[in-house]
Amino acid sequence: MDFNATLIGEMISFAILIWFCVHFIWPYLNKAIEERQLKIAEGLNAAERAHADLKAADSKVQAEIKQARLQASEIIDKAQQQANQIIEKARGEAVSEINRLKASAQDDIASMAQRARDELREQVGALAVAGASRIVQREVDASTHKALLDQLAAEI
Amino acid sequence: MASESGGLTEYIQHHLQHLVPHASKEGFWAVHLDSVSVSLALGVLFCLWFWLKARKATAGVPSKGQAFVEIILEFVDGQVKDVFHGDRRVLGPLALTVFVWVFLMNAMDLLPVDLLPWITEKFGVGHFRAVPTADINMTFAMSLTVFVLIIFYSFKAKGAGGYMRELFTAPFGSSPFLWLPNFLLNVVELLSKPVSLAMRLFGNMYAGELVFMLIAGLFSAGAGLAGWALYGAGIIGYTVWGIFHILIISIQAFIFMVLTIVYISMAHDHH
Repeated sequence: MDFNATLIGEMISFAILIWFCVHFIWPYLNKAIEERQLKIAEGLNAAERAHADLKAADSKVQAEIKQARLQASEIIDKAQQQANQIIEKARGEAVSEINRLKASAQDDIASMAQRARDELREQVGALAVAGASRIVQREVDASTHKALLDQLAAEI
Repeated sequence: MASESGGLTEYIQHHLQHLVPHASKEGFWAVHLDSVSVSLALGVLFCLWFWLKARKATAGVPSKGQAFVEIILEFVDGQVKDVFHGDRRVLGPLALTVFVWVFLMNAMDLLPVDLLPWITEKFGVGHFRAVPTADINMTFAMSLTVFVLIIFYSFKAKGAGGYMRELFTAPFGSSPFLWLPNFLLNVVELLSKPVSLAMRLFGNMYAGELVFMLIAGLFSAGAGLAGWALYGAGIIGYTVWGIFHILIISIQAFIFMVLTIVYISMAHDHH
């Protein structure tokens, strides 16, 4: 076969066909390819960002846990201190209450003893007067000798 | 090219002759060297192209070449996934190979019909048909391979006994009187698959090539002013048919791939 007009015509058509592909087919393919590249790039970026976010959140959580732990231990310390204070206070109050009760009981005891002593003294006075009146065989005027009897009773 | 009426016939006949070894113009050993060499070259091209892209593939943002290969791969894999719900490790690559290879072979149709023969003639080879898929031997070679795979997967999925039972009892029923009708119908169905697969691709590509040749006949159809008018019409017609043919070669490659998937996944299905 010779190189002839047929082949030239076909080559012209082929050139037009290539031109057609370049202008009307390749752009679509290229667009699809670029969209895919973009999508993948975006996906990778998003993944990276999510990874960084996760890391940041993780460290934040760690810091917060640390903080919380610190606060908790502080609260416990404070509570313990408060508890100690309350116990101390209660103990002090109890001791003072005991002392007060003891003192009032002792007062009571002392006053009761005093009263008993006074009564005894009076009774002894009366007995002494009775005894004396019997000894002198006459009535002793209690009122005239009251001062004497009182002195006597005080001496017993 | 002669401009009398016999010229076009001669021209087309010349173009429809395959390249065969000199020693054997006819018969069994008349291997179509043009189909074999072009299909082999395109197969190697496909393998090298995808292998290079796969070797340099990154998990990051792909290069344009990689993105293109990925788009093809995802498209084919999506088609397989839609039809076949099983292990895609064999069927996926098979479908990819069928699609890209058939497409590349079909695309040879877009080259000027006289270009490759003109080049080969410089090396002393007169007949050279550039489109392997317009050679019925090539399309049957592929469809028979698919046929073997259909048989293979039928046995693999159902076992020899199960497949035999299906051949004789489906679709009508398992009554002994129906064994023969069932079997005959199944044989027809089975044989129609490779035949239709091969004939469809061959028919489309052969007709396409023939239309290119007929239009090319316009380039030398007349003399003088009318000749130039026909020459212009030839250029327009050749271009329009070429643009339309881009659609045909894509669709034919797609159909061949999808039918391959469908037939092989049907072999996996139980009746």
